[in-house]
Amino acid sequence: MFQHDIDAINAIREGVRGLCENFDAAYWRQIDEVKGFPEDFVQALTEAGWLAAMIPEEFGGSGLGLSEASVILEEVNRCGGNSGTVHGQMYNMFTLLRHGSDEQKQKFLPKIAAGELRLQSMGVTEPTTGTDTTKIKTTAVRKGDKYVINGQKVWISRIQHSDLMILLARTTPLAEVTRKSEGMSIFLVDLEYAMANGMSVQPIANMVNHETNELFFDNLEIPADCLIGEEGKGFRYILDGLNAERTLIAAECIGDGRWFIEKASAYAREREVFGRPIGQNQGVQFPIAQAHIDVEAADLMRWRACHEYDNGIPAGASANMAKYLAAEASWKAANVCLQTHGGFGFACEYDVERKFRETRLYQVAPISTNLILSYVSEHLLELPRSF
Amino acid sequence: MKVLVAVKRVLDHNVKVRVKSDHSDVDLTNIKMALNPFCEIAVEEAVRLKEAGIATEVVVMSIGPKAVQEQIRTALALGADRGIQIETDTMPESLSVAKLIAKVVEDERPSLIILGKQAIDSDNNQTGQMLAALTGMGQGTFASDVEIQDNEALVTREVDGGLQTVALRLPAIVTSDLRLNEPRYASLPNIMKAKKKPLDVKSAAELGIELRAHTELLKVEPPAERQGGIKVASVEELVDKLKNEAKVI
Ligand SMILES: Cc1cc2nc3c(=O)[nH]c(=O)nc-3n(C[C@H](O)[C@H](O)[C@H](O)COP(=O)(O)OP(=O)(O)OC[C@H]3O[C@@H](n4cnc5c(N)ncnc54)[C@H](O)[C@@H]3O)c2cc1C
Repeated sequence: MFQHDIDAINAIREGVRGLCENFDAAYWRQIDEVKGFPEDFVQALTEAGWLAAMIPEEFGGSGLGLSEASVILEEVNRCGGNSGTVHGQMYNMFTLLRHGSDEQKQKFLPKIAAGELRLQSMGVTEPTTGTDTTKIKTTAVRKGDKYVINGQKVWISRIQHSDLMILLARTTPLAEVTRKSEGMSIFLVDLEYAMANGMSVQPIANMVNHETNELFFDNLEIPADCLIGEEGKGFRYILDGLNAERTLIAAECIGDGRWFIEKASAYAREREVFGRPIGQNQGVQFPIAQAHIDVEAADLMRWRACHEYDNGIPAGASANMAKYLAAEASWKAANVCLQTHGGFGFACEYDVERKFRETRLYQVAPISTNLILSYVSEHLLELPRSF
Repeated sequence: MKVLVAVKRVLDHNVKVRVKSDHSDVDLTNIKMALNPFCEIAVEEAVRLKEAGIATEVVVMSIGPKAVQEQIRTALALGADRGIQIETDTMPESLSVAKLIAKVVEDERPSLIILGKQAIDSDNNQTGQMLAALTGMGQGTFASDVEIQDNEALVTREVDGGLQTVALRLPAIVTSDLRLNEPRYASLPNIMKAKKKPLDVKSAAELGIELRAHTELLKVEPPAERQGGIKVASVEELVDKLKNEAKVI
């Protein structure tokens, strides 16, 4: 139905799997246990060029489409790993690539492609405004050739393992703009500099071993040339990258879903209770079969989104629906996998509980399921906006 | 110096194989295939020789149906320069493979030919040796180290009692053992470049080799199912069971 270069996709799958073989379940389990960050894995993936897949060749990347890039993240999760530790490097550069000046692109993209600079972080969410992004209170005020940043962010991931962050802040007060989506801007912030000049970082202990943080800005002055694109248009720039991001997250969920189903099926075939494999009971096999059908159906929507995005067709509908379906499917598969394993599902050494926690995140971040339903209602079904 | 590497497509070493219900062979439908691990080591060694400035060109060849092109591409992504596929309908047996490689050797005139010591599917461990017989070249099998000095290859071999180093006059044949090197993984840019590297396809007939079967596969049996273990309470009980039940000590 959707045309892709199957040979290239297969070669990419093989390549990622080959790399992931060196980072097995025990590796990820250990990282989770000590609440560590998989630095070796990130390093290996970066060095082999996987995270620069979508950076154009002229800037040192491979210039691939969303289809190929999505397979990379899918396979990481399919092999039992957690793409949440790396996906930022793959997609945070979208805003820079699409809206940055030639000078900014020349300066940063080749280094990002080579892995010399990590652009792993994007600071949007705030504690008091949550999903209602246009109400953000972090401000950037122009002062000569500087912007002065004040405010607070929450859940900003991978800050301690990144060199740069894309930051969204208000440059024109909400009261002074005609549309609430206007008056926000994005900045490319040098994190080492920021931490020494007014930005403080407070790690948040959390359920998924995500390196994620609260950020406080107290008169942080950054050079005015950190601004990406035009002042006041930052929110639109962020939205612009979202279809690709949603589709990549959908692919991660597909990878998770396939991992859960394979794990559940294998256990159901082997575990014998009442003198036969538990998988011989329809009560055990049917939920696994249902979860499998859901994952495969979600995968079709993911490929539609990839196809549309890569061919310049508006992909808002398919990308949002793919993210929704895939996150639902991977969560269902996770639940089935845990149930199939009975008590053993709770033992860390089976990896099910870890992956179960990890995949649960995608119902909430980077966008919660309800907000996708709102999008579909409003934009596809022309129902009145609920907020 | 030109290096030729011959590689085989085999089932992936992570895959659990099933025997067909009629025991005629293993069931390969929908099974994930891969580059034979020993062949991967052979490719890596050739690429390292090129990176060290010793080899000037690395040619990789594989024999079999169109699908083997996948493994040739994998080798190209690891750093080989060009590929040759000898197209056959099925996977020929070792002697035919050795004859086909010998033909390619005749055409290409490489100074060094590296093969895996064996393929993990049929475990024959004979193609390299047969090729040496057919070409009259010296062979260094089970190599754990290869050094090129002037017109010689110094090959360290893993033999039963330890290590043995032999000097082979080039052109020569080397078969790789597990410890020869640790293959790299292909990077994304190299996978993309591999798609554009030349890959020639020739038929066995074109090379004038008639494929003949010298052996017939009669049947395949899966290994005996492992019996469930038991827990023993003490060392005494263990020793007792080993002595009187298992009768192994
Ligand atoms: C591990 C982790 C990592 C993250 N990393 C980042 C990051 O790197 N950068 C970043 O900017 N953000 C990040 N986030 C934040 C994430 O994007 C937000 O948590 C998410 O967008 C939801 O916002 P919130 O938590 O404020 O929830 P809220 O907005 O408070 O919403 C709470 C619940 O109410 C529902 N809800 C709210 N409004 C409506 C409505 N109008 N209709 C129906 N339902 C509604 C939501 O769907 C949700 O279920 C991360 C979050 C987590 C947990």
